[in-house]
Amino acid sequence: MSEADVLLRVNDLQVHFPVHNGAVFRKQVATVKAVDGVSFHLKRGETLGLVGESGCGKSTTGLAILRMLEPSGGRIEFEGQDITHFDKSSLRPLRRRMQMVYQDPFGSLNPRMKVRDIIGEPLEVHGLASDRRAFDQRIAQLMRTVGLLPDMADRFPHEFSGGQRQRIGIARALALEPALIICDEPVSALDVSIQAQVVNVFVELQQRLGIAYLFIAHDLAVVRHVSDRIAVMYLGRIVEIAARDEIYRKPLHPYTEALLAAVPVADPVIEAARKRIPVSGEVPSATNPPSGCRFHTRCPFVMDRCRHEDPALRDLGAGRAVACHLHDMAAQ
Amino acid sequence: MTTAAKPLLSVRNLVTRFGRGRGAVTAVDDVSFDVGVGETVAIVGESGSGKSVTALSILRLIPSPPGRIESGQILFEGTDLTKLSEREIMEIRGNRIAMIFQEPMSSLNPVLTVGLQVAEPINVHRRKPWDAALGTAKQLLGRVRMSDTESRIRAYPHQFSGGMRQRAMIAMALACEPRLIIADEPTTALDVTVQAQILDLLKDLAQGSRCSLILITHDLGVVARYADRVVVMYAGRVVEQAPAHELYANPRHPYTRGLMASVPRLDGDTSKRLVPIDGQPPNLARLPAGCAFAPRCRQATELCHRERPALTETGPQHQTACWLEAPAHV
Repeated sequence: MSEADVLLRVNDLQVHFPVHNGAVFRKQVATVKAVDGVSFHLKRGETLGLVGESGCGKSTTGLAILRMLEPSGGRIEFEGQDITHFDKSSLRPLRRRMQMVYQDPFGSLNPRMKVRDIIGEPLEVHGLASDRRAFDQRIAQLMRTVGLLPDMADRFPHEFSGGQRQRIGIARALALEPALIICDEPVSALDVSIQAQVVNVFVELQQRLGIAYLFIAHDLAVVRHVSDRIAVMYLGRIVEIAARDEIYRKPLHPYTEALLAAVPVADPVIEAARKRIPVSGEVPSATNPPSGCRFHTRCPFVMDRCRHEDPALRDLGAGRAVACHLHDMAAQ
Repeated sequence: MTTAAKPLLSVRNLVTRFGRGRGAVTAVDDVSFDVGVGETVAIVGESGSGKSVTALSILRLIPSPPGRIESGQILFEGTDLTKLSEREIMEIRGNRIAMIFQEPMSSLNPVLTVGLQVAEPINVHRRKPWDAALGTAKQLLGRVRMSDTESRIRAYPHQFSGGMRQRAMIAMALACEPRLIIADEPTTALDVTVQAQILDLLKDLAQGSRCSLILITHDLGVVARYADRVVVMYAGRVVEQAPAHELYANPRHPYTRGLMASVPRLDGDTSKRLVPIDGQPPNLARLPAGCAFAPRCRQATELCHRERPALTETGPQHQTACWLEAPAHV
């Protein structure tokens, strides 16, 4: 892999939120380490699935990359530039290159704006909407791209269904021809019969336009369907990262294994025969994460070492890395 | 399992409507199904399919007005629940039939301790004094595998995580040893690893006491893992029902088949495109004259658009409401 193929490189990213107490003399009493040392890269035209349970920091990672949240540490490189400390004016041209699609198709569209203006707003903001006719043509083209009829451009969001609204959100993200779209749970608010329509839109757009996706989701089956590689997060860390088929065929981290085993397959015959790996308990608080390996409180294979020694994300070659002492030993 | 023995619950031609006149909506339209003793029946459908309203109708929890059970019978242990007075149904609710809701936070009372809420049905239905009921509540929290039950019964719901709250809900549901538990999307708000824990627990406990379970869900994976029989609903009607193995091996209704093809699976072929179901879920206020699925069905004929198909036998314990499957058609 040459460096030129790398679109985004995230190195030891940290996003910490202070927790305050008191109304007048606000004292910082704790820190929530929502993202605590995350590193990965994303190639042009590639999809990296970012999975994990709520509170693992996957959405925070996405927002920090877009610089909608201030990173507390680490480095974000996009198209070869270090963007970690870009100020507002340097961020503006950057936002043309990376866009976001949100989870909630009801909350992320302004109800008082027509679809034309919603999709066209990025063009206006970036001063690309000078010619009215060209603008209208571009809107129509964008709507067709995501499978909406251009005649609907003068309608308001409430006249659309959830799936159609999500298409409007995608058209808006596409308007500036970005190289990267960060998709934060883009189909989880949709009815099951509609999810496939939107998933197909994402897959087709990538094939046609070569956009890279950071696809954040908790639905492992959807992530598997769209991703080239997958990173599994737990309590602010990446615990395993590998090519899609590798991770599903042979998960190495006990958490990845548990996560996959927890998802039922829509076939009673397979379900009856499946091996189940029970994990007890729930995700601990990110304010006070467990010492050592953060998964040790729930891990069925916990060893003494896991309780006080934090495993590093070790590269196993072939693009695969895992943060687990079990695999340290295997490697030695 | 259901064949010879009398079913525990038998819903017959249930119709539940909301509103009056031209704005009226038939949320549940002529729904019939049985639940055998110790059986787990899944009701599957998308939003607006009528699956939750069916559950609320069984417990007579439909807000009235605007809603009402217009016709049909709900026979539970031989009694027609639709005929009972409010007082009589309260004797059954939380006692013989318990319900678990999707949002544990909004179904628990935030200002009462968890112990008190779990003990309440025992106090109300078993007429046990509060201290004895609280003792039972503590045992129940142990049965739903909570540790440190002594302090848990004194905790408030906000001190619990989502999974713990749902465990408390299950403990509450089990309090009076019900014959039937209705769980409406009990794990949709939870993380996947916790979801598996809660559903495993629910299924274990129900099986242990031969309690029947109605599991309302939109997740075909959950259905495959936990259900004995499946009722598929679309636009307020049952479009297909069959034993789980039979349904997954031989889905007959185009909607059921469409759902199965459109949902990506962990073991699916990723090179294949998902086959979505075209169009949108129907608007109940403006249903077509014929089959409600016809506008989205790729195989719809002129007959489908004109007339509604009835639920007919299409295999062993397998019923389908589709003209393509109707005997006259084959």
